[in-house]
Amino acid sequence: MSKESNNGIPTDSEVILGILNNSESVLKRLYVAYFPMVLQLIINNNGDGDEAKDIYQEAIIILYNKVKTGDFELSSKLKTYIYSVCRRLWLKRLSQMNRYGGDIKDFQEYLSVDDETEKNNERDIQFNKMGDALKLLGEPCKTIIEDFYINNRSMQDICDSFGYTNADNAKTQKYKCLQRLKKLFFQQ
Amino acid sequence: MSDNQLLETIEKYLNGGMTKEERARFEILRNENPDINDKVAEHKHFTGLIKQYGERLELEKRLDAIHKEIDVEALEDEFMIHPSGIVRLWRNHHSKISVAASIAIFAVLCTLFFTGYLSNRESNYIQLRDVVNKTVKTVNQLKNTVNGMKQRSNPGDFRGTGFAITANGLIATNYHVIENADSVYVQNAAGKSFKAKVLLSEPANDVAILKIVDTSFRNLEPIPYTLKRAESDLAESVYTYGYAQDSPVYGDGKLTSANGLSGDSLDYQISIPINPGNSGGPLLDSRGNVIGIIQAKQSLMEGVHFAVKASYLLNAVDSLDKKVSLNNKNILANLNTVQQVKKLKNYIFMVKVYGK
Repeated sequence: MSKESNNGIPTDSEVILGILNNSESVLKRLYVAYFPMVLQLIINNNGDGDEAKDIYQEAIIILYNKVKTGDFELSSKLKTYIYSVCRRLWLKRLSQMNRYGGDIKDFQEYLSVDDETEKNNERDIQFNKMGDALKLLGEPCKTIIEDFYINNRSMQDICDSFGYTNADNAKTQKYKCLQRLKKLFFQQ
Repeated sequence: MSDNQLLETIEKYLNGGMTKEERARFEILRNENPDINDKVAEHKHFTGLIKQYGERLELEKRLDAIHKEIDVEALEDEFMIHPSGIVRLWRNHHSKISVAASIAIFAVLCTLFFTGYLSNRESNYIQLRDVVNKTVKTVNQLKNTVNGMKQRSNPGDFRGTGFAITANGLIATNYHVIENADSVYVQNAAGKSFKAKVLLSEPANDVAILKIVDTSFRNLEPIPYTLKRAESDLAESVYTYGYAQDSPVYGDGKLTSANGLSGDSLDYQISIPINPGNSGGPLLDSRGNVIGIIQAKQSLMEGVHFAVKASYLLNAVDSLDKKVSLNNKNILANLNTVQQVKKLKNYIFMVKVYGK
């Protein structure tokens, strides 16, 4: 029984628990289970496989963040939720590209999910700005910042791998890097 | 304290790396100093954003890795709603098809133009047999029910006009009126129908002679008009009287040509406004002689109509097996048109034809 549930479509509560526990296998099973449905929606409505991937991953990320922050309430089947988010995202994308012909071929039932995609949109803008700022920051600052703030490495570690003579120098460097990053981020 | 040091302190505070006393001291400092408080909040938010950004990148990498294991192309093939062959053919080749179609149409038009097909030298010809539509039938049925009339109310599949040539019930009409008939009825001005049979038909001259065989038929008064064998003259005033609609209609005009379409000597050409249903009606001159049978109208020119010359009807009558004595006393000659038409009324019949 456990073997079966490890390969097939995960149940909705399995998915929620799996995301909360950072389970790689549940994420994978979730992804594999519903991608065909979304692919079908997109390629039959003026899109291609790459666009289906973008939209689907955006929806998975929305679901993932909602579960992680604890404000996900399963009010419908997860399948319906994912389909609805993808449908909403794709309609938005189509109208941005002026490719929306006024009707959409549907393959599943769907719900109205406006506000969730909006919230995600704002966060995406912030992340894009952060990505751009880090790129502009250049090395070695980028790596120092990423190592310290994202990968949680200690100053001592960083000091060693960059060959700084003492930790104070590394700290000063990190401080300067952070100030520059803030400047780049808020300038955009 | 320099900015550098302050930042380090803030980080230490946020990471929980302070001792209890340090923490308490910093919190007092933070509460007293709104500048520092803002800095703490700002730093927390910004580093949080960096952290979330990192997590997002990480998640995207994981999703990409999963995605690589899916055979997207196979799925695409499976889920694509394939348009039918003809639609695909159109999508792939619509420009070529359009050009080919344009050339074909152009070629056809050129051919028609150069062969003279587009000029209207050969104009068409509509025979005036009336196809009675269902609405009319229904309306008539209703009307008849309301009036409580007992007689047959079905107006027939086709309808034309006929006129008596003998008092005992010989009726002349057009062959095309009774063509393909299964049964024929004639209806008099009082609305009474009689069964008739086709005694003689001459498709070549478009002449037919019917005989009323209904037992309820009583002989008519002597026929008031005569059939005129001699050809009439151009510009003679002529008129007709027939069932272009449910009640008899009178129409007059002139005899405009001694020959019909393309010089056909069978017909007179006349300028009487006539309509489907007039077919088979008599064409009379001002002295009450029947000079022809209304036959057809030309479809392209308004007001040009044709009537079979009476001499062909007379020939047909002569060819009947049983000798028929036609009336040779015209009692209409000295009457004016109004009086003539009044007399005619009882001798003109609506011919109702039921198809096979």
